[in-house]
Formats: sequence, C-alpha cells, structure tokens
Amino acid sequence: MLDDTTPLVRIRDLKMHFPIYSGMLRRQTGAVKAVDGVSFDIKRGETLGLVGESGCGKSTCGRAVLRLYDITDGSIQIDGVEIGNAGQSALRPLRPAMQMVFQDPQASLNPRMTVEAIIREPLDEHTTLSKTDKAQKVLDLMDAVGLNRRFAKRYPHTFSGGQRQRIGIARALALNPKFIVCDEPIAALDVSIQAQVVNLLEDLQEQFGLTYLFISHDLSMVRHIAQRIAVMYLGKVVELAPRDPLYDAPLHPYTRALLSAVPEPDPAISQTRKRVVLQGDVPSPANPPDGCNFCTRCPAVMDVCRRIDPTFQEVEPGRFVACHLYENHASKTEKAEAHANQQGS
Amino acid sequence: MPNGAPAVLDVQGLKTVFRVRGGEVHAVNDVSFDLAAGELLGVVGESGSGKSVTMMSLLGLLPSPPADVRQGRVTFEGQDLLQVSDSKLRAVRGGRIGFVFQDPMTSLNPVFTVGYQIIETLRAHMGLSKSAARDRAQELLELVGIPSARDRLNDYPHQFSGGMRQRVMIAIALACDPKVLIADEPTTALDVTIQAQIIELMKDLRDKLGMAVIWITHDLGVIAGIADRVMVMYGGQVVEQAPVRDLFRNPKHPYTQALLTTIPKLSAERVRRLTIIEGQPPILGEAPTACSFRDRCPKAVAICAQQNPPRFDFGAGHDAACFVAAETRDAG
Repeated sequence: MLDDTTPLVRIRDLKMHFPIYSGMLRRQTGAVKAVDGVSFDIKRGETLGLVGESGCGKSTCGRAVLRLYDITDGSIQIDGVEIGNAGQSALRPLRPAMQMVFQDPQASLNPRMTVEAIIREPLDEHTTLSKTDKAQKVLDLMDAVGLNRRFAKRYPHTFSGGQRQRIGIARALALNPKFIVCDEPIAALDVSIQAQVVNLLEDLQEQFGLTYLFISHDLSMVRHIAQRIAVMYLGKVVELAPRDPLYDAPLHPYTRALLSAVPEPDPAISQTRKRVVLQGDVPSPANPPDGCNFCTRCPAVMDVCRRIDPTFQEVEPGRFVACHLYENHASKTEKAEAHANQQGS
Repeated sequence: MPNGAPAVLDVQGLKTVFRVRGGEVHAVNDVSFDLAAGELLGVVGESGSGKSVTMMSLLGLLPSPPADVRQGRVTFEGQDLLQVSDSKLRAVRGGRIGFVFQDPMTSLNPVFTVGYQIIETLRAHMGLSKSAARDRAQELLELVGIPSARDRLNDYPHQFSGGMRQRVMIAIALACDPKVLIADEPTTALDVTIQAQIIELMKDLRDKLGMAVIWITHDLGVIAGIADRVMVMYGGQVVEQAPVRDLFRNPKHPYTQALLTTIPKLSAERVRRLTIIEGQPPILGEAPTACSFRDRCPKAVAICAQQNPPRFDFGAGHDAACFVAAETRDAG
C-alpha cells in the first residue's frame, strides 16, 4: 500500500510523436513532436493546471497520460502502477480510476442516447451492478452534478452547453475515479456559465477526494482552480511552479509574455500597462528550432539558446524551469555564498 | 459622445426577428446606438445576446428568410441603409464599412491567393487597374504587418498562420479606406499572445487611419484594453452603455455587475469561490414584455416582471435598462 505522500500521478520524460508519411511509398519522413519529453508529478487531491497556447501539446499530453494513445516513450505511473507500456487488456481494469472530461460537450455526448444511458454506460462496461442499483447510481450522480432528475430520459440536444458539460462530468464520475483529466472543460461555455462549472468541479473534488489535471488556455481561471501550474510551449514544459510564485514572479520569458498578454478586465490597468508583445508565431512541432524551442520568439534570447536545449531543472524548491537564464542558478548562489563565507572568515 | 464629434453611424430602434419552425426568435429588440468618428465602440455579450445579428442586420448580411429586419433606421453618410437598394448597399459593404469576421480560416476563400482576394475588393469598389490594385494590396499587407508582402500576395490562405490570416482579413476590410470597421470577435479564435498582437495592430491602425471601429466580443478583458465606450447586450437588447472606465468602475445594471464579478482577475486577490450567475440566458420566443434578466437577477423586484425597462440615463453618456438602478439614482 502506498502512503498518502507519494504522488498519484508520476510522469517522466513522456514523448508522443505522430509520424508523418510522405512520398509514393508512404515512408515515414518525419514526426510531429506533439509532446517531447515532459515530466511532472500530481499529488493526491491536487489540481495541476496545464496551460499553453493551441498546438503546444497540452491536450495530447492529457490524453497520453490516460494512455488514450500508444506513447512513443517515457514512463507514466498512476497510483504506483506503470502504465506507459501496458497493453489494452492490462489497461482496461485500470480505466475506472482515471477518467476524462472533454472540451466540447456537444461532440462528446452521443446524440442518440438519453442522459440516463450516457451516464450509465461506464457502469454497464465496468461493473456488475444490478439494473436497479445502476438506475439509482445514475440518479445519485445527476444530483451530485446538479442536474434535475426529471430530465433523465431527455436527449443531450435539449440541454444548454453548461448542462451538457454537467452530463459529461457525471459520466466521468460514474466509476468513482481517483484521477480526472479535464481538457478545457469551460472553453466552450459562456462567461456566465463558466463559474458554475468551475465551482462544481471544486465541490466534487472536495466531496470525492479527486485529483485533477486541468488543461486550459485561460490563465485567470487556472490561477483560480490549480495549486500548481505547468506551462507548455511547443511540446515541452518550460516552467512548473506553485500558483502564487508563478503568477507573482514568473521565471521563464515565455511565461512572462503569456501572463502579460492576458487581457485584464480593468481599463485602468490594461490601457496603461506595457505588455510584452511576442513577435511572430509558434514554430511547427514537426520542425522545431535548434536549441531552445522558444529561441525564435524569446525577447531575452542569447547565443547559447540557439545551440543547446536548456534542461528542465529545479531552481528553487518546487520551482522548475527550462531556460538558460537560470542554468547553473543553484551553483551560482552556492558560489556566492561560499565567497561570502570565505570573506567572513 | 466623446469630444462631441458627429455620429458617423446612427442606429435607431433596430428589430430583427428570425422565423423558425414553430414560431419566431426575437434576436434583436429595439437596439439603438451611435458611433462617433474615430471612436472605438466595444459591444459585449454572451452567445445569443444579439450582438452579431445587430451588426449583420444593419449591413443586410442576413439571409431573408428566415431573417426579417422589421423595424429601425440606420443612418450612414446621409442615407438609411435599411431603405437603400441592394446595389447601393453592396457599395457600402466592404467599401465605406469594412467587416472582419471571427474565423479567418473560413472567411477567406481557400482556392484563391490572398493577393487575388485583396485585389478583387479593390477592383470592385475603387475601380483600380490591375497593377495599381496590386501595389495597393502590397501596401495594405505592409500596413497590417505582414513581412515580405510582395511575395506573400501569391500565397494561399493555408500558407498563413491563424494570426497572419486575421491580418489579411483586416487588410481586406481596410482596402477601401472605410469610415467604419466592424470587427466581430476578431481575436476569439486566436491564442492570447497572437491576440495581443492583433489588438496592438488595431489600436495603431485606428490612430493612423482615423476610422471608427465597432469591436464585438464576449471577452471583457479585451474590451477593457481597447474600447472608448462599451455597450452591453443581453437577450437581444442593450442593457447598459457607458464610457469604458465608467462601465468597469461603476456598472449600473445587475447583469454587468455580475459579469464583472464572475470572471477571475489576474490583478486581484484570488477568491476562494467564484461568484456565479444562476440560471441560463433567456429564450427569445417573443418580444420582451418584462426585463429579460429578472429570473437571474439578485435584485429583481415586482415591476421587473411587469414591464420591459427602458434605458435610463445616468449622465455622462452612461445609461442602463434597469428599474432598480434608476430608483437608486432617483433616491440618491
């Protein structure tokens, strides 16, 4: 039995490359490196935010963690069990513990199934409950996510976006999971509905002791819901830190630019402040630049950045960053301290 | 209106209804606003609030049926756009009034080069010769910040990234020196760092070219950064209108107040729990006979269910359609 201090999810050097085939013989000529060496832990009961722009690989990462893909390389441990190279038959009994809430509640619910059938489907697949027990469980789940029981026989199209997302959440909860990957769960919802769903996710986390990987591009919402945040750029995590240090004093130049690009709903701030506006676009993950992936847009770029890919390392307890600006950071402080000590003696 | 500048566009009592199976949808109900020269008006609202339909109605861009622009007057350059002939309206659209749509991928034609699509606009509206139009197209791409503009004229839309495509769309909208540019969620499909680029570009262009801009969005953050004046729409009606700082500092309508508190801010202390707006947006089956926000409103009183509130004036260009706010004003 593992104790409570071991992380529930442990990812090491996860890689997910999609092959590109071309030419008459359809030979593999390259690969889209959607996720290229990502490592992080998620503690029990924690919400880890995974942020980044479209195409940075955050959704692919979330799906790879649940082994919805056959990953290219790396290790995925969930509750101490290695699933990185597990086959489908080995994965199946583990599936109930790890679930997913999808971005688009319209596309992720079968339009030909009633709400009841949608929420019951995981129970049919993975449990041996009796018919009446299942029916009871479905109603309990509908209560838990705030859906009116009377609507059990309705079809998804009769619900609004926010309510549909509640159906998706109820389905994810059906098998008492420990870990849920929430892939942009509020991106498709209206502003006035987003807070309803976020509050629901927080309530459920408390009630059922859930652990979340919360994938989003909305930095203000991630600040609200996550305890620690990983920032991805072009297939790599560039910075990983607890919430407050990350938002108060971001280290990586990309995190800084990303935070300064967030439009603040306050004209006094946003019409006067100076933003870091990044030039250019994100390079293609099929053909990332040499050295650091961010070197083509980085405002603090140095020569070394174009040659050597910076390592992802801990620069302060719990704070990780992959940037040459902080390389040898630890040793530098040590040196400075040693120097001071020598002078003092 | 800022500086007392004369209105370039004046919309009065616009009403648009969609005929659907089994009834009607009253998408736009008695919407009135004006736009001063050089002003940037932000229009905020959730999906279904009528913000896009309003703008499409006044340019005759809605297919009819099912759409029916029932009432209203849209004064632009001395003529009522709802009364003029189709050919006259066509000359206005894309000429004196430019339009930028949300999704730059679907609004550019994938089988023609970007250059062809800009030149097409120029030749149709300005009657330029081919070579003059080509020069002007290059100038436009340079204006919106596309590098090596001359070569890129020969590229197809798929060869541009999302942000670059939106720049092309803006270039097309600017082709004929419009007096008014209507931008419908121009940055919604873009990433935040690209959105920041487009916002800076639009601010620059507005200052350089002196056109008036209507910027439609659901993102209050974007509005705060760019608008001079803001109009908040809910359920097909304008519920509040004010200069930007006034609106954010001193919102009058409970809907605006709720919107401003429900989104977490990066600059504010993190709250333990988000404030939510209960319920769902209204279904617009019939013309409103009562306040459309009353079911979700924490301040609703008896009269809110009996009459549709008119827009009460709060001075300094600030108005709001709320009985409770008006009463507080009169009492105070």
